[in-house]
Amino acid sequence: MIKDIAHFSEMHDSNGKPRGPYVHYDDWFDKQNNERFAKKSQEAEAFFRRTGITFNVYGQQDAEERLIPFDLVPRIISSREWTKLSKGIEQRIRALNAFLHDIYNRQEILRAGVIPIDLIAQNDAFLPQMMDFSPPGNIYTHIVGTDIVRTGEDDFFVLEDNARTPSGVSYMLENRETMLQMFPELFSAIPVQPVSDYPKNLRRSLEASAPRGCKGRPCVAILTPGIHNSAYYEHSFLADQMGVELVEGHDLRVVDGHIAMRTTKGYRTIDVLYRRVDDEYLDPLTFNPESMLGVPGVMDVYRAGNITIANAPGTGVADDKAVYSYIPEIIKFYTGEPAILKNVETRRCSDPQQLKYVLDNLADLVVKEVHGSGGYGMLVGPAASKKELSEFAEKLRARPNNYIAQPTLSLSTVPIFTDSGLAPRHVDLRPFALVSPNGVNITPGGLTRVALKEGSLVVNSSQGGGTKDTWVLED
Amino acid sequence: MLGKTAGGLYWMFRSLERAENTARLIEAGFRIALTRSTTAEAEWQSVISTLAAQQAYEAIYDSYDSSQVVNFLLRERTNPSSVLSIIKSARDNARLVRTALTTEVWCAVNETWMLFTDLLKDEVPQTELPAVLATIRQQSGLVRGALHGTMLRNDIYDFCRLGTFVERMDNTARIVDVKYYSLLPAPSFVGSHLDNVQWETILRSVSAHRSFRWAVEEDFTAPAIAEFLILDRRMPRSLAFSAGQIVKSLSHMAEEYGTRYASHEMADALRTLLLKPDIHSIFDEGLHQFVNEVIDSTASLAQQIEIDYRFTG
Repeated sequence: MIKDIAHFSEMHDSNGKPRGPYVHYDDWFDKQNNERFAKKSQEAEAFFRRTGITFNVYGQQDAEERLIPFDLVPRIISSREWTKLSKGIEQRIRALNAFLHDIYNRQEILRAGVIPIDLIAQNDAFLPQMMDFSPPGNIYTHIVGTDIVRTGEDDFFVLEDNARTPSGVSYMLENRETMLQMFPELFSAIPVQPVSDYPKNLRRSLEASAPRGCKGRPCVAILTPGIHNSAYYEHSFLADQMGVELVEGHDLRVVDGHIAMRTTKGYRTIDVLYRRVDDEYLDPLTFNPESMLGVPGVMDVYRAGNITIANAPGTGVADDKAVYSYIPEIIKFYTGEPAILKNVETRRCSDPQQLKYVLDNLADLVVKEVHGSGGYGMLVGPAASKKELSEFAEKLRARPNNYIAQPTLSLSTVPIFTDSGLAPRHVDLRPFALVSPNGVNITPGGLTRVALKEGSLVVNSSQGGGTKDTWVLED
Repeated sequence: MLGKTAGGLYWMFRSLERAENTARLIEAGFRIALTRSTTAEAEWQSVISTLAAQQAYEAIYDSYDSSQVVNFLLRERTNPSSVLSIIKSARDNARLVRTALTTEVWCAVNETWMLFTDLLKDEVPQTELPAVLATIRQQSGLVRGALHGTMLRNDIYDFCRLGTFVERMDNTARIVDVKYYSLLPAPSFVGSHLDNVQWETILRSVSAHRSFRWAVEEDFTAPAIAEFLILDRRMPRSLAFSAGQIVKSLSHMAEEYGTRYASHEMADALRTLLLKPDIHSIFDEGLHQFVNEVIDSTASLAQQIEIDYRFTG
């Protein structure tokens, strides 16, 4: 059981009164009847199924495609709160890109001793093939989905930077579409900042990142591992919304020093590749020779400056959880300013003293794999059984470098709609940012993930989490 | 358009057409089994051979019992041409080419798949069979309607149409091929009970038992039926009609792309082959040989289309 600690409720204050951003919504909700709301909830689910907004679950044959449950109660953020968040995210992303450029070129941050060399030298995500190369605009992470959690009125923490290939943006867009269909009256009464420009901005941002030698309007394509990938729906959705081709490795080859896609009229050059394939599978000639998902020779074309790959190969070196623990120092080093958004206090188990602390306090901590994602392979101490704790302790002792530990945060709650009315559940927030030589663009809102099980702190869709529409109010 | 996308569209519509044709064949076979049970076994055998599924079928069963055949054709997972397998494959292709489809077409295919995954979850009892078969044709009509009503008339549309008519051509030709002996003008059999059954089944398996009566002012005779199925360009499942549609789609593409390929010549030749004034010249040549020539030419044309439009690398 989770210990009973007071959680910050985003909708209601301790007196049960709605907080500022929720005043109008609360007023509207009071006039709704539960049956109609339950019916809307079913309609929304049917809509998601029919349009195929599903994700694939690995390792489950029969239930190959699942819906991510969608909750009809929006998560509402005031314009003031958003301003702070978006400033903080922008600062962080600029620092991450500066860090990546430095790591793959002069490595001043290592020389200055701000972070230990081992953090890079022993990092699997570091790609020596990227050394002494600068992508257009020195941008490595073009598309970012920063995970943010909240614990109090003014307490926001960054949980993960997701600088490699963040997913979930299609849900941000579809959730809003669904809400617009279900409750049009809400949007005429409450001024909510739109999110629908995202696909247009994504395309612009990618085009602006095209190689310098590119003539005419840049040709953009999305590279997907294929229809069995867990995020395939999102890949096809984004290609459709942007009006660009969705390609797989076997559609591509190197033609005259460029990457080209096989069309019904012959091969056509691609200038910007938004890849949703991991580094390891990108180029069988450079990385995993077994990979069927990538394009042989793409790294040579990339280094010759004939294609932009977004996000850049090797970006992962900036978003593992060990590097994460140094982000405040990294921001300070490159921007000269203190971090606007706080980090969660993070203990690196590679340090023997820290490891001892973690082992002694395992039941109170959340332990994660340094390279893990999706909520796989992590331990939520307060929710674990004695047996699970002792098994995990063994893993920690065997491979301490592989883990970091964080305190169990008392995540804020937003109500979900249940059969018996509103009930508080824990949430996080993933806003989506686009980076190009023209600047950083953050869509107001993002994806709110919600742990549907009472008391649960795990919001990942692969672990039974759901989503909510996220509103940022107009000023 | 990506070559892969063109291939996905083409195969998606081949699959949908095949599912619909399979439903028609089951319908015709089922009717025989109900009304003339003595010939049912032979009829099911010819249905299976029309669908080129003998090997897969005989790997599981050693007799042609109605409920076995129906189950095999509707929902057997090891049968790549069962309605369930083929609708899954159509839907996989639709996901692959999602960006080329309108929401209406995509939703129609996705709903069809959801519906059949559910309808064919368990064996279909005889009492439910007519309703299930009707649903297949209805859903197929829904997808086709969405295609006609919402898609731009560009190369995407043309690849969809090509898939439909290549499959339909092959299907009708196979029906004629398997039953060619009953379509030969053999005076001694005319009017016999057996022929009448065969003719009715043939017409039913292309949904033409009614339209034949309206279109052809003649009683059931072998030559009239053969002519209707092979040469009649008013009949939407005839070989001549299908060839005409294939030529039409390919011509659109030649115009749009500004290039003619080998497939254009092959399609023209196929259409010319089917521009006979009447059925008798085909009988003179030999119905069986003629239909086989059509089947082979259709297969070569299909291969050439894949090459010309770069479906695969």
